Amino acid sequence: MTSSLSPIHLAIALDGTGWHPGSWRQPHSRAAEVFSGAYWTDLAREAEHGLVDFVTIEDSFTVQGASPLDPTPVPGGGRLRGRLDASLLASFVATRTEHIGLVPTITTTHTEPFHVSKNLATLDHVSNGRGGWRVQVSGRPGEAEHFGRRRIPGFFDPEASSEEKSARVNELFDEAADVVEVVRQLWDSWEDGAEIRDSATGRFIDRDKLHYIDFEGDFFSVRGPSITPRPPQGQPVVTALGHATIPYELAARGADVLFVTPHDDDSAARILGEVRDAEARVRADETPLLVFADLEVVLDTPEASGAQRLTALDEAAGQEFASDALIVTGSVTELAALIGRWQALGYGGFRLRPAEHAVDLPLITGSLVPLLQEAGAFRTAYDQTTLRDRLGLPLAANRHATAS
Amino acid sequence: MPKQVILGAHFPGVNNTTVWSDPRSGSHIEFESFRRFAQAAERGRFDFLFLAEGLALREQRGHIHDLDVVGRPDTLPVLAALAGVTEHLGLVGTINATFNEPYELARQFATLDLLSQGRAGWNVVTSSDAFTGANFRRGGYLPREQRYARAQSQVTANRHLWDSWGQDAVVADREAGRFTDGPAGEFAYASEFFDIHGTFNTPRPPQGHPVIFQAGDSEDGREFAARTADAIFTGHGSGDDGRAFYRDIKRRLACYGRRPEDLKILPAATFIVGGTDDEAHRISDEVRRQQVSGQTALLILERIWNRDLRDYDPDGPLPDIEPETQPGTLIQGRVQHVKDPAAEVARLRELARDKNLSLREVAIEISARQNFVGSPETIADALIDAVETGVSDGYILVPHITPGGLDDFVDQVVPILTERGALRSEYAEGSTLRDHLALGAARPATDWEAGSAAGQADLSGHESASHDLPSHDLTEQKESA
Repeated sequence: MTSSLSPIHLAIALDGTGWHPGSWRQPHSRAAEVFSGAYWTDLAREAEHGLVDFVTIEDSFTVQGASPLDPTPVPGGGRLRGRLDASLLASFVATRTEHIGLVPTITTTHTEPFHVSKNLATLDHVSNGRGGWRVQVSGRPGEAEHFGRRRIPGFFDPEASSEEKSARVNELFDEAADVVEVVRQLWDSWEDGAEIRDSATGRFIDRDKLHYIDFEGDFFSVRGPSITPRPPQGQPVVTALGHATIPYELAARGADVLFVTPHDDDSAARILGEVRDAEARVRADETPLLVFADLEVVLDTPEASGAQRLTALDEAAGQEFASDALIVTGSVTELAALIGRWQALGYGGFRLRPAEHAVDLPLITGSLVPLLQEAGAFRTAYDQTTLRDRLGLPLAANRHATAS
Repeated sequence: MPKQVILGAHFPGVNNTTVWSDPRSGSHIEFESFRRFAQAAERGRFDFLFLAEGLALREQRGHIHDLDVVGRPDTLPVLAALAGVTEHLGLVGTINATFNEPYELARQFATLDLLSQGRAGWNVVTSSDAFTGANFRRGGYLPREQRYARAQSQVTANRHLWDSWGQDAVVADREAGRFTDGPAGEFAYASEFFDIHGTFNTPRPPQGHPVIFQAGDSEDGREFAARTADAIFTGHGSGDDGRAFYRDIKRRLACYGRRPEDLKILPAATFIVGGTDDEAHRISDEVRRQQVSGQTALLILERIWNRDLRDYDPDGPLPDIEPETQPGTLIQGRVQHVKDPAAEVARLRELARDKNLSLREVAIEISARQNFVGSPETIADALIDAVETGVSDGYILVPHITPGGLDDFVDQVVPILTERGALRSEYAEGSTLRDHLALGAARPATDWEAGSAAGQADLSGHESASHDLPSHDLTEQKESA
C-alpha cells in the first residue's frame, strides 16, 4: 500500500456470530453464548482494543433470513436464529466499555418515535456521549403481521407493478424521514441548562427552556417535549445504510453518516457521485454526509486463505454467500490497499462486516489497524471525546437555543 | 424464624417526596446516580430495584410543572445498563401497557432478562388520557374503562411470545448443524386488542416470564392483579388499611385458582432512620418542610380544590372558596384520587381550625408522615411486625435523596433484619428475581388464560371490594408509578 494516507474512520458491524450464515458452525464461534451479555461485551472490547470509531449492532423484528440479500425467514433449526434487542444491548455494553461508539439499529416502521428518541437519548447519557442510531425501515409483510396494526405488502410482492412497489418504498422512507425529524426535535426539546435547581423560587427547571415540538405529519403527530433531557452529544450520531437513490435521500435529509455498498472502483466512484447529487437536492444540513463503504471481510489466516475460508463457510451454510456488499477475501494488506484506493475517491470511512466474529474481528484489530496506523491513516489512541467529535461532526447547536 | 421481608428500592421519582434542594441531592439523569443507588441496594441484599416511568411531562395551570424533579431517562435502557453493573439485584421497570406493542415489549423484556440472567420485572401500568396520547402514534384512543382489558391482553400476548421458544430451544450443535431444536418462535394471538402472528425473534427469558407487577388501585386494577400479576406495588402500607387491602387481594386469588403466596403485596414506604427515635422524628419534620414549599403547598391544595389558587398566601389561611367538582384540565399527567373534593375540603378546614394551621402547614400535615420513622431497631421491628401481621409481604422503599438516600437503611437497618433472620445474609447463587421472591416457575400463557376464564365465570356473584379513599401519601407514590 501507499505509505501515507489521511486519517480514516473505521466501524465494525456486529451481527450474531458474524455475517456469514455458516459462521456459527465454526469452532470458535461461541454460538451458544450469542444471547449473553458477556459475549457482546467481549466483541465490543475487542473492537475497542482496535481503537475503532464505533460498532453497529444489527436488529429487526423477525428472525434471520438466508443472507443479507434474502431476508425471508429460514424455516427449520439449521440457521442461527434470534436476536437481543440492539438498543438495550448497546446500553448494557456501554457500562463495560469506555471509548467505543455504540450504534444500534432501531427500525422506524412499527416503533413509536417518542420511545425511540428517549431510548437513544438514554444510551447517550449512559455512555457519556457515545451513542448513535442506525435507522432502518421494515418493509417485510411478516414484520407487519407481528404488530397487526398495518398491512405492508412488501418490496418483493410479485403481484405488484413497479409503480406500486416504488410508491410503497417511498412511503416507508418518507415515514422514516419523519421519524428521524421527530427524534431529533425531541432531542432538542430540552435546552442545555434547563435544570436550574433554584431554591429561591422553588423551581427545579426553567420551563422556558423546554419546548413542545407539535409535530404533525402524514403518518403521526407528536407533541413533546421529551421526558429525557438533552443527550450529552446534543444530537447522537444518526446513520443509515443505502443502496439506491431513495435511501440516499433519506440519509441526506436526516443522517450524519451513510453506509453504501460499492462492488468495485467504478461503482465506488459512481455511488459517491449519486450521494452528493442527493445531498444537493435535499440536504439542509451544511455538514456533508460522512460516507462509509461497507465491506464483508473474509481474511487470510496462517492456516487458510480468505478464499478457502469462504468456501468452508459456504459448505457449512449449505449455500454460496450472497451479500449486498462486496465480499473481500484476501490479506489485510490487500484490504488496506482497497481502503486506500476508495479513500482517495472521497470515502470518509469503512464499515467492516466480519464474516466470522471470532476470526475476522481480531484480524481487523490486531493486523489491519496496525497496518493503517503505520501508514498514518488511523489513530494510535482514543481521545476523550464524544462520538460526534471523533467523527469530526460539528457541535450540535440546539435549534431552540437563543443566541447569547 | 420470622417471615422474610421482601425489599425493593424505588429510585427517587418526580414527586415532591424527592427533596432536590438538599445539598446531598445529585443528578436524576446521569447514569452514575443509578449505578450508585443500585449498588447500595445490592449491598443491602435487596430483592429488586424499581423504576417508575412517565410518558408526558406534568402540567399544572397549563404549564409544565417546575417545582419537583422534572425529566428522567428511559426505563428499559437504564435497567439494561444496570444489568451491566450489578449481579443479583432484580431490575423492575414500569412500562405502560397502552402505548406499546407486544412484539417489541416482549423482546425488550426477554433481552433484559437474558442480559441480567433472570432478574427482569415489569410493572404494568395503564393510561388512556389524550394528554399522554399526544406523544404517540395512536393518540388518546383508548376508552378509560378498557385500560385494564388492554393491559390484560397485552400481558397475555407477551406471555405467549415468551412461551414461543422452548426453554432449551437453543442447542447450537455445530457438528450436527442444528442451532435450534423444537419450537423457536412461532406464535399466534388474537383478542379484542391484538391480532398478531408470525415468528418471535428472541429466545425464552431465563425466568420463563419476567415477574409481573401491577400498581393500580381501582377495582379493575385489583382484579387485574389477582388475575395476572406476581406482585402488587401499592400505597396501602400501614396498619388496618394495609391488612384490609392485603386480605382483599389475597381473597381474590382463589377465584383464579391461585394460592395466597402466588401474589406478593409490596406497599411503597418512605422512611427516616435516626440514631434514636427522637432524632428520627426531628429529621422527619425537617424533611416534610423541605418537601412542601409554599409553592408546592398551593399545588397540593389545587389538586383537591381543582382550582387555580396561586393568589393565596401559603402562610395565610386555607382558601375560602369552594372546590370545583367538575373534572377539568387544570392538572394533566397525574393520577387523581380525590373522589369527593367537598368532603375533603371540609375535613381540611376542620383540621386547620383545630390545630390553628396555615395553608402550608395543612399541606405539610396531609402530606403524611414517612411510613417508617425511628432508630434502626424501631424500623426493623416495624418491618418484621408488618410482614408477620399480614400488612404486606415486604416494602418498596422510597428514599427522598438521590442517589444516597438508601445508604442509612442499608448500613443500619439491613444488618438487624439479617441478624433476625428476616433478610437473606447472602444472595443464593444463580438466584433469579422469581427465586428471590419465592415465586414458583412461570406458568404457561395458556394456563393463565384458563385460570382467568375460570375466574371470570366465578365473578358473577363476586362482591365489589372496598373503595377506600387512599391517603394523600399514597396518591403521591402512585403518581410516580
